[in-house]
Amino acid sequence: MNTIHLVALGQVDKEIMKSLEVGIWQIFGFELQLLPALPEPAYAYEAKRNQYSSVSILHELVKYRSNDSVRLLGVTEKDLCIPMLSFVFGHAQLQGSAAVISLARLRQEFYNLPPNQTILLNRAVKEAIHELGHTFGLLHCQDTSCAMSLSNAIHLVDSKTDELCRNCSIILEENIKNLKPLLKLEK
Amino acid sequence: MKAHWNIMVVDDEEVMRESLAAWLREDGYNVDTAISGKDAIEKSRMKDYAIYFIDLKMPGGVDGIETMMEIRRIQPESSIIIVTAYATVDTAITAMKEGAQEYIVKPCNPEEISLLVNRIIKIKNLQRENTILRKKLTRQYSFCDIISKNSKMMEIFNLVKEVASLRSTVLIQGESGTGKELIARAIHYSGERADKPFIGVSCAALTETLLETELFGHEKGSFTGASNQKKGKFETANGGTIFLDEIGDISGKLQLNLLRVLQEKNFYRVGGTQQIDVDVRVIAATNKNLSQAVREGIFRDDLFYRLNVINIQIPPLRDRREDIPLLIHNFIERLAPELGRDVGDISEGALKILLNYDWPGNVRELENAVERAIVTCKTHTLTEEDFAFFNKQEQQEWAVPANLTLDEIENRAIIDTLHHTHGNIKEAASRLGVDRSTLYDRIKKYNLPRN
Repeated sequence: MNTIHLVALGQVDKEIMKSLEVGIWQIFGFELQLLPALPEPAYAYEAKRNQYSSVSILHELVKYRSNDSVRLLGVTEKDLCIPMLSFVFGHAQLQGSAAVISLARLRQEFYNLPPNQTILLNRAVKEAIHELGHTFGLLHCQDTSCAMSLSNAIHLVDSKTDELCRNCSIILEENIKNLKPLLKLEK
Repeated sequence: MKAHWNIMVVDDEEVMRESLAAWLREDGYNVDTAISGKDAIEKSRMKDYAIYFIDLKMPGGVDGIETMMEIRRIQPESSIIIVTAYATVDTAITAMKEGAQEYIVKPCNPEEISLLVNRIIKIKNLQRENTILRKKLTRQYSFCDIISKNSKMMEIFNLVKEVASLRSTVLIQGESGTGKELIARAIHYSGERADKPFIGVSCAALTETLLETELFGHEKGSFTGASNQKKGKFETANGGTIFLDEIGDISGKLQLNLLRVLQEKNFYRVGGTQQIDVDVRVIAATNKNLSQAVREGIFRDDLFYRLNVINIQIPPLRDRREDIPLLIHNFIERLAPELGRDVGDISEGALKILLNYDWPGNVRELENAVERAIVTCKTHTLTEEDFAFFNKQEQQEWAVPANLTLDEIENRAIIDTLHHTHGNIKEAASRLGVDRSTLYDRIKKYNLPRN
């Protein structure tokens, strides 16, 4: 039980998955493992909005968590939403086991700009760290450079870094420490 | 701090309710949910919410507008955001007329909701701060801030009222943390000098020369670094009251200077030649036994008699345990909103722990303990668990390592007890279950310093 599992929901560029692996490993310190891709989340499709329900995806994702998996992060190209909000970049179970991020709105193309792989990779890593941070109990941070600061628009994703501030790092370390005995018990 | 704000999401649809709640929790708010208008109204009677998100259309009799009207009656301070899937001008107007703060159509842009919630919370933070500041202000000047039902304290209250309008010097004695400064303030603010300054000086905090310039001021160039003329506390307090805390710690030279001010009602600034006349009431305080210091020749007897015109002895908290529950409730009432916590009560178990403790640091120590417990408390009631730090402290202090001789253990027990009683031999002897002369013999045997 010391691995964060990454899984693509449908087809996702390999380079993106590789960048996520490295970025997540740097922050959380757990081993990273890429699981075989799952099918596209057709079950979560909401025809009225032409978007995918992140709540349904999370419900489905937890089923794929294996015994040695400390957290599971799904990555999709589909545009995600919850009923109240017109979109979400990602969604996590606060202090739970699963999170999902969407690449749809992280792409420059979404904003009618020419594609840019570097920008996309940077954004994806930040969002992955942010959502996984929530699964480890981190809340939104007031420090706008911290990866845990709230970003509800793309310029806010760009203005933060892919690192945690000192406070969030300390809380993460504590939460991981408190997590370990529980993990052993579960075994 | 967002964790101090409660938000309620009211919607009959689970996905809608739970996903919005989860989204707000990630932002650090305390979020509860209700599945119907009726459920929300019931919950609003139990707990205060800063913001209610209420879905306009809900089955089961009570719709969004009715729910809002009822909640506004129960919690007029709360802000209500009406949520709907379809925007119609009519419902929007009705909602706003009935007092909704906002009206949003789902799905809504996340940035808009964040801005909306932040704006409401910002206003609430300001309102809360305002209330606290206003309370602080009245508290600072009110005599009633000292809380007690102990008969000795009642006598002190009466004495304070009697002497408030006099000019006589007052000497307040009591252990540290018993509230000597509060009594001094009570005297000042209950008398005719209330609208004049009350200036407090801690005599132990400064060196002799610094204290001298602090009290009497200095002239430009009177010593290296005196680049400007400076008024002392006596001049600043003119017409009002000066409170000299820890008076037992001042040097012989300053004792003499002070005696002069008390007798002549005038003084010279350091390095000055001009006599300055002042009308200042002096209230002094100490946790030391001044009459003993006089007998030992450390404190001038003439100054002692000048200071000791009216004497007030504040009993330690352990001698007025009946005040402990009163004080705890007062601290909770005052500190919980200041710290932004939703704590309103204390469990019987926790109260018992606090009642059985001896409080060497008196009311101040009790206040600190309650404050710390409120900060870590996760529910509405302080429990034994919230005072766990307190037990640990105690145990650590009294833990005896296994490899000590009986003599060493006895030696340690005496030191610890004397420490707890602030060197009070009588009290220490009674706690150790021996008489004073026995304790005295042991102290000599182990060559212990009395304090």
